[in-house]
Amino acid sequence: MKCVVGIDLGSTTTKAVLLDEGGEVIGRGITNSRSNYEVACAVAREEALRAARFTVLERALVAEAQHGVPEAERWNRTLRDQFRLELYLDELGELREEIVRVLRSLSYHRDREVLTAAAHEVIDGIVAEAPALFSEVGARRSDFFRDLAAAGFMAGAEKIASRDGIGFERLVGLFDRAILDVETRLTARPFGALLTRAGARLLGTESDELRRTALTRAIGRAAAEPIEEISFVGTGYGRQTLPFPKSAVKSEILCHGRGAHRVFPGTRTVLDIGGQDTKAIQVDDAGVVTSFQMNDRCAAGCGRYLGYIADELNLGLHELGPLALEAHRVVKVNSTCTVFAGAELRERLALGERREDILAGLHRSIMLRAMSLIARSGGVDNEFTFTGGVCRNPMATKVLGELVEENYGAGITINAHSDSIFMGALGAAMFGLDDVRAGRPAVMPSFVQAAMAQ
Amino acid sequence: MTTIPILDPVKPAASTGSSKDDSQVRQKEMIGDHFERLSTAKEDGRKVVYTFVPGNLTELLRSLDLLPVLPEINALQAGMRKQSGAFIAEAEKLGHSEDVCTYVKCDIGMMKSGGIGPTGKRLPEPDLLLLSYTGCFTFMKWFELLREQYNCPVVMLHVPYQGEGKVTPEMRKYVVDQLERDVIPALEKLAGKKLDMKDLARRLDLSRQAEDDLVKVWESAKHRPSPIDGYFGGVYYIGPIFSAFRGTEEAVEYYKLLRAEVEERMARNEGPMTPDGPSTKERYRLVIEGPPNWTSFTDFWRMFSREGATVVASTYTRVGGLYDDGFRHDPENPLESLADYCLGCYTNHSLPARTAMIEKYVRDYEADGFLINSVKSCNSFSAGQLLILREIEKRTGVPGGFVESDLVDPRYFGKANIENRVQSYLQMLEARKDRGAT
Repeated sequence: MKCVVGIDLGSTTTKAVLLDEGGEVIGRGITNSRSNYEVACAVAREEALRAARFTVLERALVAEAQHGVPEAERWNRTLRDQFRLELYLDELGELREEIVRVLRSLSYHRDREVLTAAAHEVIDGIVAEAPALFSEVGARRSDFFRDLAAAGFMAGAEKIASRDGIGFERLVGLFDRAILDVETRLTARPFGALLTRAGARLLGTESDELRRTALTRAIGRAAAEPIEEISFVGTGYGRQTLPFPKSAVKSEILCHGRGAHRVFPGTRTVLDIGGQDTKAIQVDDAGVVTSFQMNDRCAAGCGRYLGYIADELNLGLHELGPLALEAHRVVKVNSTCTVFAGAELRERLALGERREDILAGLHRSIMLRAMSLIARSGGVDNEFTFTGGVCRNPMATKVLGELVEENYGAGITINAHSDSIFMGALGAAMFGLDDVRAGRPAVMPSFVQAAMAQ
Repeated sequence: MTTIPILDPVKPAASTGSSKDDSQVRQKEMIGDHFERLSTAKEDGRKVVYTFVPGNLTELLRSLDLLPVLPEINALQAGMRKQSGAFIAEAEKLGHSEDVCTYVKCDIGMMKSGGIGPTGKRLPEPDLLLLSYTGCFTFMKWFELLREQYNCPVVMLHVPYQGEGKVTPEMRKYVVDQLERDVIPALEKLAGKKLDMKDLARRLDLSRQAEDDLVKVWESAKHRPSPIDGYFGGVYYIGPIFSAFRGTEEAVEYYKLLRAEVEERMARNEGPMTPDGPSTKERYRLVIEGPPNWTSFTDFWRMFSREGATVVASTYTRVGGLYDDGFRHDPENPLESLADYCLGCYTNHSLPARTAMIEKYVRDYEADGFLINSVKSCNSFSAGQLLILREIEKRTGVPGGFVESDLVDPRYFGKANIENRVQSYLQMLEARKDRGAT
């Protein structure tokens, strides 16, 4: 199949969306942005390509279900989880190698052996716990390797450090050094091989020949499907350094506006709150931007603000919203500076305010900042679409709804889709499709060439 | 609030070493000479008057053999020469807040750092401070600080705001009365001689001639492609006329030369000079409101020029006179025309008047877009800008854009952020053009 690739390189996450020639979404991927933008783009693209292959796999499994293996249709979900598990195990293997390398390179020798043994033990523990992470619903706090591995490593290191009297900081320091290299390295991970391993986990050892053959056939089909990327467009915070040629780089404003309009065609106003910027965008009936405003000079009130608050409270980012929903009252918190807000949070806690109530105030303060940008961009018309990482936060969405009603009246449709984080990449891919239709040559970014060379 | 760059000419690309930059070379010489004159003013027994660009009474000063110094120009020059950051830090040490106009802080910091001007020559201390435009309240505070430092007199000309969008006879008379009663006597006292009204009229006639040519230069941008950039290039053009040279033969000669160059470029259908050589393709025609950023002036310019965006008209280049709106210095009515000049400063106009002026620019110059560079610490400009933006969009259908930076505080120019916005804005214009085409 032929597809166009849109990549949105954000400050926190990098997203990729694949569209087929008819403009249908066939795959998407997301990863944490890292110090190496090429790798972040490559990883997101790889994940989107995998998602496209899973679409092929799903169809192949349906076909198998119709030809004698009825349960094949239900394998898809498990295969996805097992695939992710295999991927995770491979990555853990790399992390282990890297830690060993770091230990070898240490200039002092005294406790190298002790540390090496401890590191192996920690990673063994993570490996042992891995299957549960990928089989139980809601077991994972994040889908990013860095987050999962870090959580596992911290827990393991803490246990071993106190048991054996090894410095916890030293163990964690090993992880910190190793993860940087592991994350910024481009590693080929052939889809077919990983999926075959996932299939082996699915069927175990006692499966009959008929089922085994059906699965092998479906996997073969998904792995062999030729996917040709015919156009690339990049956007996002990292645009200045995006590994794309200038002609293939589109403004994130245009991409977010267009992506949101595609998903919700009635959209006239888009609010995007990402890691470090907030954009208020007005679009016309074709999704073309007519006006926009962005935060300037300061990123207080953006996703990172919430990330900082989550760290202060030792919570996961995704836990903030649900907790804030439990508030009895809204504590007033300033939003002009993230660091001040952190201090205010601690002070309020010390004064005995409930965590939930303070969080409610924090959510309100970031949304008030967003409302100011919206007003400056031209206000809210029906319909209004909320996108970006922060729209995954249920309290943010709730407060936004209240404020829109307060300021622009009731009855305005507010859209917030669980996939809203992909709107920028979706818009970028749509521009890529325009390029194809206009007969402009496809563009092959360097990271794709690098990935293909492997 | 206002200013003019008097700076090194934009270097033409190696391959285009034609005579088209004669005016810029000339401009640099003129300015250099002026600073040279200033550096020896005291030895030469000349008296020095500090004054501001908007509403400056250069002809009057010249007629009395007084030398003008324009602190805003020194500040913007320091900005372009990467000296302003240190000067501002110096002023903040003295207790000036982060939010104070950065021209003021730059000037104060320069003063405290030895008073060496932008060309490396010492600036003479003022013998008098002439505040001839009060539309910018900061100016008054600025001179209050300088008065304390230099212990010299301030002469203030109170200029009423054009709240109703026009200059009434009463307003004119009020200003003329002040000129006759306060300003001229104070200047005469300093100069030690009487004002020769004939000489003043002769100078106003020279001003008028230069103003005629400058207007032709602005209006050349109606041509496609525009032979000038009316903002980034324009700030060079306003150098002589908004500063020490209005009412001189040198200025008349300079604007004649400039006009000839521009007309020649227009006849050859050539675009303006940019930091990367002559512009080859005019993709967007823009009107810009607000002063430019000086600390990253070339970077800022390139964000436009490299995308083929030419500024066809700007309000900032009108801060020292709305000549294309018809105003001319008038030798027949010298004091009245000086009064009208002070009253007619761009920022002395009401929001509706500014909006109407911008609307006219958008239409007359057939602009594709209207962009505001907003400077938070300059309320004379920034108050009401978003209202102007929305109103222009509504009246003309031309998309508005908004970026924020600062005059001379390098900390407030976030290159990546501003570039992001400018690119987004230009791509939006492109998308809207495509949409219009379908």
